[in-house]
Amino acid sequence: MSTDTSIKIPTMAELAARGESPEILFWVGCAGSFDSRAQKITLAIAKILTKAGISFAVLGTEESCTGDPAKRAGNEFLFQMQALTNIEVLNGYGVKKIVTGCPHCFNIIKNEYPGLGGTYDVIHHSQLIQELLDAGKLKVEGGAFTGKKVTFHDPCYLGRANGVYEAPRKVIEKLDVAMSEMKRSRANGLCCGAGGAQMFKEPEKGSKDINIERTEEALQTQPEIVAVGCPFCMTMMTDGIKNFEKEESVKVMDIAELIASAGEL
Amino acid sequence: MISSIVFILILAAGVWFFSKSVSKIIRNIKLGRDVNRSDQPLLRWKTMAMVALGQSKMITRPVAGFFHIVIYVGFIIINIEVLEIVVDGILGTHRIFAPFLGSFYDFLIGSFEFLAFAVLFGCVIFLIRRNIIRIKRFTSPELKGWPISDANIILISEIILMTLFLLMNASDQVLQANGVEHYVKAGAYPVSSLIVPLLSNLGTEQLILLERSAWWIHIIGILLFLNYVPYSKHFHIFLAFPNTYYSNLEPKGQFTNLPSVTREVKMMLDPSISAPEEAGQEPVRFGAKDVRDLTWKNLMDAYSCTECGRCTSVCPANITGKALSPRKIMMDTRDRLEIVGKNIDKHGKDHDDGSSLLYGHIKEEELWACTTCNACVEACPVNIDPLSIIIDLRRFMVMEESKSPTELNGMFTRIENNGAPWQFSPTDRLKWTEQE
Ligand code: SF4
Ligand code: SF4
Repeated sequence: MSTDTSIKIPTMAELAARGESPEILFWVGCAGSFDSRAQKITLAIAKILTKAGISFAVLGTEESCTGDPAKRAGNEFLFQMQALTNIEVLNGYGVKKIVTGCPHCFNIIKNEYPGLGGTYDVIHHSQLIQELLDAGKLKVEGGAFTGKKVTFHDPCYLGRANGVYEAPRKVIEKLDVAMSEMKRSRANGLCCGAGGAQMFKEPEKGSKDINIERTEEALQTQPEIVAVGCPFCMTMMTDGIKNFEKEESVKVMDIAELIASAGEL
Repeated sequence: MISSIVFILILAAGVWFFSKSVSKIIRNIKLGRDVNRSDQPLLRWKTMAMVALGQSKMITRPVAGFFHIVIYVGFIIINIEVLEIVVDGILGTHRIFAPFLGSFYDFLIGSFEFLAFAVLFGCVIFLIRRNIIRIKRFTSPELKGWPISDANIILISEIILMTLFLLMNASDQVLQANGVEHYVKAGAYPVSSLIVPLLSNLGTEQLILLERSAWWIHIIGILLFLNYVPYSKHFHIFLAFPNTYYSNLEPKGQFTNLPSVTREVKMMLDPSISAPEEAGQEPVRFGAKDVRDLTWKNLMDAYSCTECGRCTSVCPANITGKALSPRKIMMDTRDRLEIVGKNIDKHGKDHDDGSSLLYGHIKEEELWACTTCNACVEACPVNIDPLSIIIDLRRFMVMEESKSPTELNGMFTRIENNGAPWQFSPTDRLKWTEQE
């Protein structure tokens, strides 16, 4: 499939105007929409969905923050305002299934929206990619990644929060890489330091930044690639690697980017 | 006869005081807000069987897990022997189970001896880990003072009780062998027989004195220990069971949605919805300032905490030197609840002592260090959830007092105004499609 420089992503509004509705809604999230690094992940996910022939759409300008940072910071009011507004939009389009590249959006829509009237089948992009690979709808070979040393950093809101540990690993393993786990992984994984609204404030007084602690541990596996599955982890780990001046030899990549790049999408 | 009466009185006093302490704890736990934890009974029983009975989360740390299981199994099984001691004490008999059980009795007593020795050994290992090796999670600042002593008192008490048990058996078997009246020939003594040579200089009188003293001190010691437990972290031996039964069964990432907030937000979004008539009802506080604003499960958690520090040792904030320690959150909650309980005893139900869990015990700096990563919840061997307390305290600070770090206030404002935590226009949401 040839790729244009910019890809055309349908919005729910456009489809609705044509009387169509997609199989799945791609919830991009604030980081995925605005953060310049995370935008690349968003693009990779969109390319994968397109390549696999999935009918999908985004909300575009109708999407708004899920309310996750507000809720974790204790601002339940703001969270519920955001949630109720978003649910109205989602229900208005009759959305049934949602995929997202952000574990925070994934967790909040999957677990906390139902109590406010928004029940959807929500999956993280690593789960969808695994499904597509397993079903043969998407084919990748290791290619440039074969034998590369990769370690995976578990996002708290995907792993411990929702018990998803295997999907991202299964996806990475498809690339014939040399996977090596950090000392603390899966249920014992160490947070990157961004959750619970920490992303939006300076850390409290302490002896070290959490992302430095985590990056040290990642570097102990001598990786060429640190794989992540969350835009916030991406920021924290990228900063950590820069802190150790390793950005030339160690790349931080989202699972979607690994797959998109292996499939030359 | 007299000894039976004395025994019954001591036993009754021991049990009475214990039940008084326990009923206070139950009352204190019930001060919490309601939360429904009675759905899915099957899964709840299963969780309890795995986590409390089966100690499934203890073994993630093999050394501590192994010795803990040894002490736990020993403790439970040796209670069968305590049952015999109690019956003997009431009836003035000696080894009353022996005639009924025959050679199985020998097997039982023999196993108890091995277990008693294993418990003793385990306690010594734990004392060494705490006081000589000084494992990090047992030397943290929040343990200074009473909590460190509490742990040592428990271990030393158990060592003393087990020693008394073995000493009692050692003298008993010599008396049995010598054919002294009242000492029926029964039991097997694989461990205490090793102490017997030490008793070779003692005459019958002295042996009886030794046996009786060990017997009485042992059972009185058990009753004293029983009454110590409700004041100690050791109370987890009882609460671990209900506490795991009432575990949170939802995904760990799912925080509660406050219904009181939903009502208000719906009114704001749709002015046609009017405020429900709830005459006479106190306005609910958003979030928690003090222990009574927490749920009863949070409070049960606090009494179930063993202060093992597994939570704190995996907490990213604590590891990197922040003031937050999830164990301290639990210890503070229990301490504060004890104070509130005592206030109720002294001054009646509605007494306000001017202090509170938030600020009085837990500082803002601790709460704002949490990344909500759930590592503490995952690590806790009795399914305690420190995170839900942290969030409820944050909710109070933010919603009732507008006290949040300025950067977070900025984030709130941006979400309100432009639907994203950063300063970007909603119209730019599709900019990423132009990347590359
Ligand atoms: S949830 Fe908060 S308190 Fe618990 S381990 Fe993570 S940062 Fe520490
Ligand atoms: S909360 Fe759980 S893990 Fe933490 S100290 Fe208490 S019992 Fe141990």
